[in-house]
Amino acid sequence: MKMLIAMSLALAAAPAVAQTALPPAPWADRQIPDADQERAAKALMETIRCLTCQSQSIADSNASMAADMRSQIRERIMAGEKPEAIRAWLVSRYGDWVSYAPTADPILWPLWAAPLILLALGLFLMRGRIGRRRP
Amino acid sequence: MIAEAGLAALWLAASLALLQLFLAVTGLKGGKAELLAAMRPVAVGQGMLTAIAFSLLITLFLRSDMSVLLVAMNSHSAKPWLYKFAGTWGNHEGSMLLWVTVMGVAGGAVALFERALRRDTHMATLGAQATISLGFYAFLLFSSNPFARIDPPPTDGQGLNPLLQDPGLAFHPPTLYLGYVGLSVAFSFAVGALLTRTVDAAFARAMRPWVLGAWILLTLGITAGSYWAYYELGWGGWWFWDPVENASLMPWLAATALLHSVTVLATRDGLRAWTIMLAVIAFSMSMVGTFLVRSGILTSVHAFAVDPERGSFILALLAIYIGGALALFGWRIGSVREGAPFELISRETLLVVNNLLLSVILGIVLIGTLYPLMTEAFGHKVSVGAPYFDRIAGPIALVLMLAMAAGPLTRWRRDRVPAVAKRLAIPAAAGAVAAVIIATLAWGRMGLLPLFGLIVAIGVGIASLAPLWKRKLLRTPLFTWGMVIAHLGCAVSLAGMACDSAFTVEKLVAARPGETIRTAGWALRFVQIMPLAGDNWTALQADLAVDRGGNAVMMRPQSRFFTSPPTTTSEAALLTRWNGQLYVVLGEEVEGGRWQLRIWWKPFVTLIWLGGILIAFGGALALIGRERRGWLAKWRARRAVA
Repeated sequence: MKMLIAMSLALAAAPAVAQTALPPAPWADRQIPDADQERAAKALMETIRCLTCQSQSIADSNASMAADMRSQIRERIMAGEKPEAIRAWLVSRYGDWVSYAPTADPILWPLWAAPLILLALGLFLMRGRIGRRRP
Repeated sequence: MIAEAGLAALWLAASLALLQLFLAVTGLKGGKAELLAAMRPVAVGQGMLTAIAFSLLITLFLRSDMSVLLVAMNSHSAKPWLYKFAGTWGNHEGSMLLWVTVMGVAGGAVALFERALRRDTHMATLGAQATISLGFYAFLLFSSNPFARIDPPPTDGQGLNPLLQDPGLAFHPPTLYLGYVGLSVAFSFAVGALLTRTVDAAFARAMRPWVLGAWILLTLGITAGSYWAYYELGWGGWWFWDPVENASLMPWLAATALLHSVTVLATRDGLRAWTIMLAVIAFSMSMVGTFLVRSGILTSVHAFAVDPERGSFILALLAIYIGGALALFGWRIGSVREGAPFELISRETLLVVNNLLLSVILGIVLIGTLYPLMTEAFGHKVSVGAPYFDRIAGPIALVLMLAMAAGPLTRWRRDRVPAVAKRLAIPAAAGAVAAVIIATLAWGRMGLLPLFGLIVAIGVGIASLAPLWKRKLLRTPLFTWGMVIAHLGCAVSLAGMACDSAFTVEKLVAARPGETIRTAGWALRFVQIMPLAGDNWTALQADLAVDRGGNAVMMRPQSRFFTSPPTTTSEAALLTRWNGQLYVVLGEEVEGGRWQLRIWWKPFVTLIWLGGILIAFGGALALIGRERRGWLAKWRARRAVA
């Protein structure tokens, strides 16, 4: 039991150590002077998952890795890259997991079809219930 | 001794639940309705025993009894008493005991106060409630004992996650659990009515207050959770489509649909089968939510690390209860007659549209939340987040809002299109004017969803007040007021969401003390930065003198360091004005004595939670308005006897 407690303590302490291990990210919390570019960068950040956090986008995260990714995105946007190209680059590097926006991968087709199927199912169940019988 | 007494109380409560189930089965089989009188004290006793067990656990936390494993793992003697107290449910075992306690107390209340139900239906309902409780007692006693001891006891505990060390913890989980468990009562009512074949308007009137009560608490719980996340996480977001947030949203969506369909059943004796189905779905969603949160398959700030054995246990409970209820539904629903018919242009139709759209949104949230789990089973990790939910559920929610505007202005049974159109003319015109103004001012600067959201919010906000038009306000029934205020709350909340996502101004700066930062019409003078110490933390605090042309106000964001467990949190400083909130967060020190500051001006963001409060308040008015007559009648009857 003591072992378990010691282990969880060590785990809890780990993030504090990791925070200083990465090189500084100059554009992590610094806005791009051009407002349109900043807006594009921000919109992209809100759809990129922080890989070391629990269900947070990199736009809402204190983690150093998220800061690093924010900086990367701002630098690439300033270099003139298109947001979707940056997303593709991030996906190629970290996998589909990193993008909160579902990609066009066939494994996700059912997800996009779901609302239509649900709506059709609901209308099918409702058919004939309304308006046919007169009081 | 305290821990052992708590465990004993739990075992006793479980055996009372077994007795309650036995009495229900005997009474129903033998047609002995008088056994109901014997069930009452059993159910009340069960509620009292669970309350005792829970109070004892709270006592253990308040006394920081480190010989109890749960306290040692999740508490610390240096914590302020409020977090020792609220920390009781800031962990897996404690929160499950809270669930069971609320369920026991609710069961006692159903036994004691419910008088409108037929006696055999009442017995069956209490039997169903006992059956659900038994599963959760088993879960608690066999795999999540909160009273287990640790030998030898550690010198001190490991502390509570500092993100949870906030007054929000004292309010948000208990409110949500009351809501979840209130839905278990609706579920038991549905099972009871199916077993005794009494699905009718009288049954719906008996069930409605429980549904309404649960729904009010869920609304408050979600609103509180959203505001808590907003100020505590320090990034100005108020909804993250986190699986656990979705887990609380799904029962709310189902309860909202149920609330409206139960009204159709109570008023017009329609939608019988559908109402029963929704009652089953609503509680299933509460349990799925608990399963998602507690099983640990979904990582989140709410997921207290839990082993897979517990996950399988909850999964089995889910399968038994949901499967059992659905089987009962399939078996008995044939004997439930179709309810009263209605025409295409009628309030019933709009309520069916409400139910259809709420169910579709519920389906989308459920599928979107579980989809990553399914693809992971095929070895493909994906994320489904805000871009999916906003794009799919957002437009459907807007259509739902339009139906909400039209519903109260349409008559029951049968109405005519020109008449409805006439009643909707003023709100529609207002919406159109708003649309033209907003579109010319903000076209291209605003996303489409916030744009339409704002327009719909204005039109629907006005339409929601229309049922009061030309009525004597003091003579208007309280439940009509309740509906109007709740619907207005939806529009207010939507307006807040649209304004926040469209008009928020963000400013990220690295500033030195003495500098002045200007953003969105505000001037923030960075006065100084200084260290500070609290009960169980130390902090750095930035002092900023803030003004927009008037007197300066001090804002003091902090960066806090906790030692048990070692964590840093940012405590945002918020300045609320009538037209929005200024949100300031202190970040890390950067080169040259500069400090990272994140500043947001969020116009009308507070409307989001004000709307939530209005919705719950409207629900409370409706509850009082509907039940007052019953209470008055009972009180008079009692006085007449005395």
